[in-house]
Amino acid sequence: MTLGLSLKNVSKIWNPDGPDPVPAVVNLSLEVDNGEFVVLLGPSGCGKSSLLYVVAGLESATQGNVTFDGLEITAPSPERSLIFQEASLYPWLTVQDNITFGLKIAGATESKMVKAADRLLRLVGLVGAGDKRPHELSGGMRQRAALARALTMEPKVLLMDEPFAALDIQTRARMQQHLLDIWSTSGASVLLVTHSIDEAIALADRIVVFTSRPGQIKSEIRIDAPRPRDLRSAEMIDLARQCEAHLAEEVEKAFKEQEFI
Amino acid sequence: MSHETLNGATPKPAMVRRGKTVMQRIEPALWIVASLSMFVGLWEIAWWRGWANPLLLPPPHIFLANLPDQFRFFDPNGHRAGALASGGSIWSVLGVIGWSSLRVLGGLVLGFTLSVFVGLGIRYFYVFGKLMLPIVTMLAPISPVAWIPVAVFVFGIGNPPAIFLVFIAIFFIMTLATLSQIDNVPKNYIQLAMIMGCSKRQIYRYVILPTILPDLFVTLRMNLFAAWMVVLIAEAVGVGSGLGQVTMMARNTFNSSLVFFTMTLIGITGFAFDQALRYVQRKVLWWVGPSTVGGL
Repeated sequence: MTLGLSLKNVSKIWNPDGPDPVPAVVNLSLEVDNGEFVVLLGPSGCGKSSLLYVVAGLESATQGNVTFDGLEITAPSPERSLIFQEASLYPWLTVQDNITFGLKIAGATESKMVKAADRLLRLVGLVGAGDKRPHELSGGMRQRAALARALTMEPKVLLMDEPFAALDIQTRARMQQHLLDIWSTSGASVLLVTHSIDEAIALADRIVVFTSRPGQIKSEIRIDAPRPRDLRSAEMIDLARQCEAHLAEEVEKAFKEQEFI
Repeated sequence: MSHETLNGATPKPAMVRRGKTVMQRIEPALWIVASLSMFVGLWEIAWWRGWANPLLLPPPHIFLANLPDQFRFFDPNGHRAGALASGGSIWSVLGVIGWSSLRVLGGLVLGFTLSVFVGLGIRYFYVFGKLMLPIVTMLAPISPVAWIPVAVFVFGIGNPPAIFLVFIAIFFIMTLATLSQIDNVPKNYIQLAMIMGCSKRQIYRYVILPTILPDLFVTLRMNLFAAWMVVLIAEAVGVGSGLGQVTMMARNTFNSSLVFFTMTLIGITGFAFDQALRYVQRKVLWWVGPSTVGGL
């Protein structure tokens, strides 16, 4: 039995029996150790997000095996929480009620929920915002609330689908640091999808570069440098160039394909 | 770090509200007054120039001149089709308006509640949905007016047929609106609920229902006027009391002044209903921003 997340020869084909099947991911194998921070880097529309949905259990793989701690993934579970590009907080609930939504569903007591909300609001830096409504928060704060909501359920894997793409650059840098702080204390592994090379380098233990659609693994780059990383250091610039080179070919390929369509 | 961002980002709405000048506050009301004055003014000019026959199109200063005389025609109980010999006060007018309003309200509450439940049921229970959807889609385009005979056959005379007709006027259309709202619930909302461990029932109860309610309420408001029209027709045809009955009686007795007086009452009551619904919407569905509630 392998601990952590394991994908073996996974294919995800949208509309497989229809007249126009769309292969998102083909024959992909990937292992993510518990506690590891893995970034999936690739051009838009390369199937990275599809893979995330399969791991979350929201979509089933067309072929192959997806297991977590040795058990096959068949359905969504709070232990594999997904964070979207948009925070997707429920607008009719206060921030606090959003954060404790999962606990409420699980039948937790009121006092337990209040305690959990206090702890998580402090953890993500939203003390005092518990009674606010989502539309009163800025984009960065909303995304932190979404992170808190995922963390309430003490997930073993955090799946993040371009979580900071909608934020401005300054907020994004702070959110990345924030995520690293939370990740290092929580012990959860993170599988984060992005198309930003800088984001990948700032965050990852390991960068998995995707080919353009259908998504396959083009290369893996391990980064051992301690965090926080200076993206302007020679070493990091060198890494960025490597990623860029891998990515450029794929972007070119994707571009050409789209032109022909 | 959280505190400075918090203080910077949140308390603005309240400040904006406080910062409104008197002019900004009364401006909407002024526009309403201007709009109505223009309408009434043109009408009065038409009368003054002799373009409009005062017997057929009496202007407001004529049909609003002798109110007690008009009041005599309003009998909340609907026992008299014609002028009351005695009585007839502002209270009897309010009584008539009240009866019509109650019928509308009853039909709206019944229609809204049932349509939301049926809509949810159609999507929740597969077989129920497959069996119900064709019926609803086929009955939806039938005008409520065509249902009047059915209402009278089944419910006779009185309040039930009027309420039934209001119900019919909104039920099918609201059921279809519910379905379209359910289908447009953001996928993320449902996926999140699934990750959080919601059962199907819990997803409908805690996610889908609160997501669709605000827009359904807007749809209800848009159909409010249809409900009003139907109740007036129902009253004119079979109920025997209410604003519709007064209009019909005025028509039959060629009392054009009373026709316009009643039409004014209908307009004002409909307007008040719409405002009331807006108010309820703001209070009950607080998570909807004021921008989506609509102007005026």
